[in-house]
Order: sequence, then C-alpha cells, then structure tokens
Amino acid sequence: MADNVKVWQDRRKIAQMITTVENALPGHEEILQDIYKKTGQAYIIGITGPPGAGKSSLTDALSRVYIDMGKRVGVIAIDPTSPFSGGSILGDRIRMNELSTHPQMFIRSMGTRGQLGGLSAATHSAVMVLDACGADILFIETVGVGQSEVEIVKLADTVLMVMVPGLGDDIQTMKAGIMEIGDVFAINKSDLPGADRTKIELEAMLSFLPPKEWRPPVRMVSATEKEGLKELVEAIDEHRTFQEKNKRLEERRKRNVQEALLAILRDKMVARVTSDDRYKRLLEEMVKKEIDPYEAARQLMQK
Amino acid sequence: MERPIRVLVAKPGLDGHDRGAKVIARALRDAGMEVIYTGLRQTPEQIVAAAVQEDVEVVAVSILSGAHATLLPRIKSLLKEEGADDMLFVAGGVIPDEDIVFLKENGVAAVFTPGTPTTEAVSFIKENVKK
Repeated sequence: MADNVKVWQDRRKIAQMITTVENALPGHEEILQDIYKKTGQAYIIGITGPPGAGKSSLTDALSRVYIDMGKRVGVIAIDPTSPFSGGSILGDRIRMNELSTHPQMFIRSMGTRGQLGGLSAATHSAVMVLDACGADILFIETVGVGQSEVEIVKLADTVLMVMVPGLGDDIQTMKAGIMEIGDVFAINKSDLPGADRTKIELEAMLSFLPPKEWRPPVRMVSATEKEGLKELVEAIDEHRTFQEKNKRLEERRKRNVQEALLAILRDKMVARVTSDDRYKRLLEEMVKKEIDPYEAARQLMQK
Repeated sequence: MERPIRVLVAKPGLDGHDRGAKVIARALRDAGMEVIYTGLRQTPEQIVAAAVQEDVEVVAVSILSGAHATLLPRIKSLLKEEGADDMLFVAGGVIPDEDIVFLKENGVAAVFTPGTPTTEAVSFIKENVKK
C-alpha cells in the first residue's frame, strides 16, 4: 500500500509510461508485462453519452465525491482525432482544471487516432498503467457518441450513460446500440425544463428491454449545481455490489481480458504474416485469380 | 502512423481573452499535433501539473494581462522542479520587446507577439521540439 502511494505520486513516471504504451514505443511490452499482475485493483467506470451532455463536468464532479471518500482517482478522457490532419484538440481538461493539482487525481487526455468506437486503441494500455500505479477508481470518458460507439463495454466494469433533457427523438434513435450498454443512467442538467419527461421516456425505454437481473437505474443530476451526485455514486456502487455478488464482475473481466488477448494476437499474427516473403507473392497470385483468399490465408498460416 | 507532437495550450493570468490561444490551438491541430487545451485563468501550478500528466513535448501559453514577467518564469521553475524542463516552453501575447529579452533569459524559448503568422509558430515548434 505504502509502495502504491509512492508510485502514484510519481506523476512524471506514470505519464511517461502512458506515452510509451500509447505510442507502442520501444519498451512498451516490457512495461505492460511488468505491471500486468498489479492490475485489476481499480474499479473502472466508463462515462459515455452524446456530445455536450456534460460528460467532462460530470466526471469532474464524481471525481470529487470519490476524492472526498479518500480514493485515488484516474481519468482517461478521449476526444476525436482529425482524420484529415491527424491532429486533435483535447479539451476535456477545461472542466477538470481545479483537480489538476490534487494529489489523489491523475488526468490524461487521449486522441482517438483513427480508432472508431469511442475509444483509442491504446486506451486499454493506459488503463492498465493507471490501475497498476494505484488508482482506486478509474474513469474512462469516451468521445461524444452517436449510435454505435459501444467499445466502452469491453473496458468498463460499469458503464454510466449520460443523457440530457430535450434530446427528444434522439433517444429513439439511440435505442438500438447505446441504450443497451448503460448499466446506470444519469440525466445531467436536470435543472433544465423537460428533465422529468426525459426520465419517464428513459424508464419506458428500459422497460422495453428484455428483462434482466439488473435493471439500470436512472438518476437525475446536475454536475455544475452539484445535485444528485451522492445518489449517482450510490447507484454505481449498487451496480458494483450486484456484480460482485453474482460473479458478474468476474465474468465481465474475463470477457474483457479475452478481448485484450485477441487484439494482441491479431496484431502479432498480422505483423508476422505481412512480413512473410510469401505474402506479396500470394497477393499477386490473388490479383491474377490464380489463388483464392482462403487458400492464400491457409498457406500463410502454415509455418 | 507517426506519433503526433503533444502540446499543452494554456492561459495563465487573469485576462479573459482566449481568442489568440484558440487560434493557435486550431493551427497546431491542423498541423497534425495533439493539442491539450486547458482554457482560461490557469495558475502556474495547474499548467505544470497538466503538462506533466499529459507528458507533452511543448508547453504553449498565451498571456495578455501584463503579468508575464512574474508568471512565465514561475512556470519554468515549476517545470524544473518536476524534472520536466526538457519540455519546449513558448509564449504568445502582448509582450513588449524589452521584456522578451528577459523572458528568453528565463527559459522561454520563443515569444510570439500579435501579427505573427501561425505558420511561424508551427514551424518553430516542429524544428525545436525534442523527440
């Protein structure tokens, strides 16, 4: 524990480790190998929802609640990368400036860098670094989502869906993808008119989902007015307790490590096969229709 | 994909004019950099904490309040304390020529005053950043 506190305080080192793993710089595999056994301590909360719902403000407000409980809080905030220039404006810190200097807090911004699904390819690695370095609670704030950015379920223990009043028909359109991944729903800016209606609509929508053991609770909050935050944290904790009791957390994490392993396997296989001398020749043969892709793949998989 | 240059764009001091900071943030973005934008009224401590956590290569601050001679050296010395003074530190804003000499002696690598084409700031960063 004391060791953990020391590691957590070494801001520069944690930050540099994240840079190394994010960019797959030399030494990144060693870092991840080294820390892997220390991961799994942090509880990972995914924060997602449409652009402008107040995800950053809510992440800031929830972080304060956990900090007051004595927890160390890590935040990974993701914003989109321009597909044209490769550049990005990562602006989530604007809402979290006051916590920047708090010793229990660590915030890191990441660009999606071409990855679809609301996360960046390296998010998982960055999560592992902060987890192993002593975070108790880890927030992953996705990019503003539309309908199908559901990758967050593969990383988070609890997915918090942030909604706002007045989206109207948008809720309908979000039903298929997004509505299914929320474990807890927060209606932010609930001081705005129409919040009650949004809640009723959401509850109605949730009633249409096939019955499950966990029915996602809907909580009204206002991140800026600091209202409903305690109740929201309680709802997150209830979901955590539910999952721990039913071995759901274990299953969920098992599924998530499987995803991680498969991703690494895919990368390694593709790297091995594409560097193989036969690869180009087989491509040529495919162009000339001398060989079909399945046969080419079969040959490449042979040692 | 090549690793993008990461830049923190921040506004220390109490003036509320962030047009310049936003223009430069946008220009750096269009030049393919990852810009961490932290907004108005940052303390030197907040700026340095953000720079360290984000592990940026460049810290770019915009200041129009006239407090540059106090705040900028303060940021530089905090960066040193954190072992992060290898980060390229640049500034922009309404800063008199005679103060620029002082700032450069105190760790600011370049000062861009009003009217500087954004391309100049972009190429300065590209040429001077430590990878």
